Amino acid sequence: MLIFEHSKPDRVNGAQQAKQPVVKHAIAEQFRRKQKPLLPEVSEMQAVRHYTRLSQKNFSIDTHFYPLGSCTMKYNPRACNTLAMLPGFLQRHPLSPDNLSQGFLSCMYDLQEILKNITGMKSVSLAPMAGAQGEFAGVAMIRAYHDANGDDARTEILVPDAAHGTNPATATMCNYKVKEIPTNADGDVDLDALKKVVGPQTAGIMLTNPSTLGVFERRIKEISKIVHDAGGLLYYDGANLNAILGKVKPGDMGFDVIHMNLHKTFSTPHGGGGPGAGPVGVSERLIPFLPVPIVAQEGDEYHLLWEKDWPQSMGRLSAFAGNAGILLRAYIYARLLGREGMERVSEYATLNANYMMVKLAEAGFELAYPNRRATHEFIVTLKKQAKNLGVNTMDFAKRLLDYGVHAPTTYFPLLVPECLLIEPTETEAKEVLDYFIEAMQKIQHEAETSAEMVKLAPHTMPVRRLDDVKAARELDLTWKGSAL
Amino acid sequence: MSNVPAELHYAKSHEWVRKNDDGTLTIGISDHAQALLGDMVFVDVPEAGRSFEQAEDCAVVESVKAASDVYCPVSGEVVEANEALVDSPEMINADPYVDGWIFTLKPSNMSEFSELMSADEYAEYVASEEE
Repeated sequence: MLIFEHSKPDRVNGAQQAKQPVVKHAIAEQFRRKQKPLLPEVSEMQAVRHYTRLSQKNFSIDTHFYPLGSCTMKYNPRACNTLAMLPGFLQRHPLSPDNLSQGFLSCMYDLQEILKNITGMKSVSLAPMAGAQGEFAGVAMIRAYHDANGDDARTEILVPDAAHGTNPATATMCNYKVKEIPTNADGDVDLDALKKVVGPQTAGIMLTNPSTLGVFERRIKEISKIVHDAGGLLYYDGANLNAILGKVKPGDMGFDVIHMNLHKTFSTPHGGGGPGAGPVGVSERLIPFLPVPIVAQEGDEYHLLWEKDWPQSMGRLSAFAGNAGILLRAYIYARLLGREGMERVSEYATLNANYMMVKLAEAGFELAYPNRRATHEFIVTLKKQAKNLGVNTMDFAKRLLDYGVHAPTTYFPLLVPECLLIEPTETEAKEVLDYFIEAMQKIQHEAETSAEMVKLAPHTMPVRRLDDVKAARELDLTWKGSAL
Repeated sequence: MSNVPAELHYAKSHEWVRKNDDGTLTIGISDHAQALLGDMVFVDVPEAGRSFEQAEDCAVVESVKAASDVYCPVSGEVVEANEALVDSPEMINADPYVDGWIFTLKPSNMSEFSELMSADEYAEYVASEEE
């Protein structure tokens, strides 16, 4: 039931009433509403029950193990929320002058420095409001760099076939043609194929390292040299930064630009589509093109730099200076961990993934890359189950819900048929990992003995199988109630 | 085992090609490809009159699992696209070889056509990919 369906005309919610009496004549006649806004009219208790019930239907990191590959669904420490909501932060107006925002700006300056240090980049902008915007900013800077050099023959961006779909989408948004590079049998970029397509038309390459195949790109230095020698730049997709945090720096691998998903690596909440934060870091040659604002320090004072201070900047990405509340959470998370803590993140994330990978292999599950060590995630393929038992990856994924586990990523990356991309993250205890392995074994047994039951899963959720085709073709999220 | 009609020719990227009496080619994706992709939700068909090189991406098929490019198996100019797929992409799942055709092409280089795989070769290729 939707909140609108609880609505009754003129029902009021005391908690939502104005705290001070509203002086009606303070608002000029022409600005006053003639009709009530189309909002549900419910009591406080109805609102509380409605949203509490909805939250109970949810799978979330606060309630369930959530090994969704390439999404890094780690625990969000409560301390980050508590501190980011200190009144001094909450009540700061985004247009407050710099001299009244020194505390906030000092945190943002330190966050820029921390991100620079951990990625090995030369400068960082916190402006992008989400990962996708960070990607856009990154490729837009590559374009700005070539434009500034009068090099307008570079029309292509190279993207490995294992990449996230956002990479070709970003390159296309920045008006580049996408050239796909194949992956070899062990999960590395095919260097011979790369050498064939790289040339004076190459603007850059977009790489995720470790890749979406859950393996580290071993010949990254060679790739870097090939692309740089051809005059192209290297873009690092920060999706899998959790695997190398504090251990290896994208700057040292030769990358010119990186975006970071703070909701992954730096544990800010994965919102329902937002708010997000996707800071970008750059090498020396891209510094002039960073999006503004950037926080600068002079003596003991902090201030924001805008277009006039950064004349070649690609510009602004939003009306304000990025998603302040999310950036604060990432800053607090980084300070809670410290330098050594960051290394523990990647150590435990990769240890957990490798433990699960070995245990699942021992239990008879087929690994997509059995000769490779996992990074923070790994791939199991259920193609034998699909072929021999008629039970496919989606059936396993749905049945996992009945066992109280959010399904791993299914059918991605596209290179591996019937795959599960599993990422436990560093924040799960061994008991939880063991529980998942046990659940997979039980589902395997069920698939062998009662395949139909698995194919009809989930059995214990508020809804059964959803109509994916209808959802994709007739997506409709807008309430158009007749009562209003 | 997927359906591989004997009279068709096949590309490694899983398109099928039928040679028509008027010299044009009809192109779609194989039963194996549609089975891997799953239920179709959108199809982007190429515009009539557009020319494509061999292996150039010329159409997009999007399923509940993934969006995939369709690669032009032979260079040439698009004669007609199957506009019915725009409203009924599920025809590719139901009948990839007849109702699910994607476009017809006037080929510019028939030697590319003769290099395509036969049905037997394609069936073997699919089996080897599944290893």
